[in-house]
Amino acid sequence: MTSIVTPRGPSAETAPSGPSPEHPLKRSQRRIGEGIAMTVLRAAAGLSVVITVGIFVSLLIPSISFFREINAWDFLTGTRWAPTFSDPDFGVFPLITGTMWTTLIGLLIAVPIGLGAAVFLSEYAHDRVRRIFKPILEILAGIPSVVYGYFALFFVAPVVLKDLLGIQVGTFSVLAAGIVLGIMIIPTVASLSEDSLSAVPQSLREGSYALGANTMRTTLRVVFPAAISGITASIVLALSRAVGETMIVALAAGTRAQVVTNPTDNGQTMTGFIAQTATGESSPGSLTYNTLFAVGLLLFVVTFVINVIAGIIVRRIREEY
Amino acid sequence: MTGIGQLVAPPLRAHRHGERSAASIVFLIALWGAMAFAVLSLMVLLVDSFLDGSARLDVELFTKYTSQVLPERAGARAAILGSAFVIAVTAILAIPLGIAAGVYLEEFADNSRWYNKLIEVNISNLAAVPAIIYGMLTAGFALAIGLERRVVLAGGIALALLILPVVIIATREAVRAVPREIRHGSLALGATPLQTVWRQTLPGAVPGIATGSILALSRALGEAAPLLLLGGLVFVNYDPDGLMSGFTTLPIQIFNWASQPQRAFQEVASAAIILMLVLLLIMNALAIVIRNRYQNRW
Repeated sequence: MTSIVTPRGPSAETAPSGPSPEHPLKRSQRRIGEGIAMTVLRAAAGLSVVITVGIFVSLLIPSISFFREINAWDFLTGTRWAPTFSDPDFGVFPLITGTMWTTLIGLLIAVPIGLGAAVFLSEYAHDRVRRIFKPILEILAGIPSVVYGYFALFFVAPVVLKDLLGIQVGTFSVLAAGIVLGIMIIPTVASLSEDSLSAVPQSLREGSYALGANTMRTTLRVVFPAAISGITASIVLALSRAVGETMIVALAAGTRAQVVTNPTDNGQTMTGFIAQTATGESSPGSLTYNTLFAVGLLLFVVTFVINVIAGIIVRRIREEY
Repeated sequence: MTGIGQLVAPPLRAHRHGERSAASIVFLIALWGAMAFAVLSLMVLLVDSFLDGSARLDVELFTKYTSQVLPERAGARAAILGSAFVIAVTAILAIPLGIAAGVYLEEFADNSRWYNKLIEVNISNLAAVPAIIYGMLTAGFALAIGLERRVVLAGGIALALLILPVVIIATREAVRAVPREIRHGSLALGATPLQTVWRQTLPGAVPGIATGSILALSRALGEAAPLLLLGGLVFVNYDPDGLMSGFTTLPIQIFNWASQPQRAFQEVASAAIILMLVLLLIMNALAIVIRNRYQNRW
């Protein structure tokens, strides 16, 4: 995931060219085994392209059958999502509002907290303090999303939101799911941003101090702008993870597909719909099964576009030191 | 002519620009607050799971199957064994393939060729594809080759696809860290490029690759989303016995229990969460030990 900003490594090594005429060594014999081994290595690398093509094909084929029955325009703009009802409707807009709410709430939590943690670790914390807090962020990143889902459903919604803050939420709400989603992606923002803040050369900070700026001014006016490409990349990556996250929203956001206008509402996201429908019975070829893949295709396209934009941003505004 | 007085003026005012100015202190408090929020969230999450589940951390969690009739005595036996089977398949598929691809890209690929550039961009994009999409890919693939969706092999394939980019990236970083002099020495002694990789570069990169692979497998162990697409992995009341056996895994079982209304299922879900977190902790500790003990310093 970090490879978006990873610099190119040293390029391939090649063997010294063939022996010169007076070279005492004979020309080495052909090595058939090595030829086979190279082919295997090359195939393994090429497999990643096959996987991408496979994703496209496996999403497209059922989606094409889906769009033969359902008008694509009605799918994208319809405001009633009821694919399994007796009078079915296939307007995906309610699922999109669900995803937008959880993602927005998640980013509202993760971006300030994650950036604060990154600035703290990179600019303020002493080595000893950093050695305590960095592993904590790593543990937070390693907790499975189903555990976060459990936490949202049985702790954040009933205890924190209802009892502690007195917010009227039901068992399921996009608010609880979004908050916990935000906690889950804090490490994504924090660790990538911290990497790019730490990569800003010390000389820039020293120059700023020499002009009389204190640590806060140096951080905000010098270090932060210099690291902005990595920070932007971290936020966009967090955005793409929030859109694609499944288990938290499947457990805590609810299963009622409605146009969400209030964060305390029960609402279904794109991933939540896929999870709910996939665990039920749906035989390949049925309209329900194809619906699953049409929503999957939409999800894939959205995250793909976000990732491409992230790549462009990084390349546009990257500063090399 | 500019006087020296004009150069130093205006005088610095410590109370407005120093480290102790009001704005600075508020800023620092905000940073501490951000850090504290992250730490507190983790603490509360761990304590809450432990309090909910400690009563059910008993022998039956390990020996009993899940039960709809008796949620108080439901266990995660099938899920524990299923996770072990699926992770084994994932490791066998993803680690050799990931290492091969990583070595090729780092050591042999000519980076100026368009197809190698394509592969590189592609791998970083794959790493950001939502996990659930890999489940759809696996379901489509299984349908195309006539493989039953809900078997161990399909689960292993789904998770292997998910972590393959992670293993590739970890391999590349580990291989890149081996100094060029070692390769040059080997080549100068007459070894072929492949012998150099096999006998010099790869052994030097093993600790890094092992650390990255264990972390990737721990991610696979906790991931449920792609497996949901394989369908019907919910009430499994038997041990998996091979590649073509039906299965469930710990995160799927937790998801299923947490979706049930009965309080007893919630308790056994958090007991299973504790078990899974302990497993993940062990894997992460192992990765850290390998990194610290065996990492080569060049």
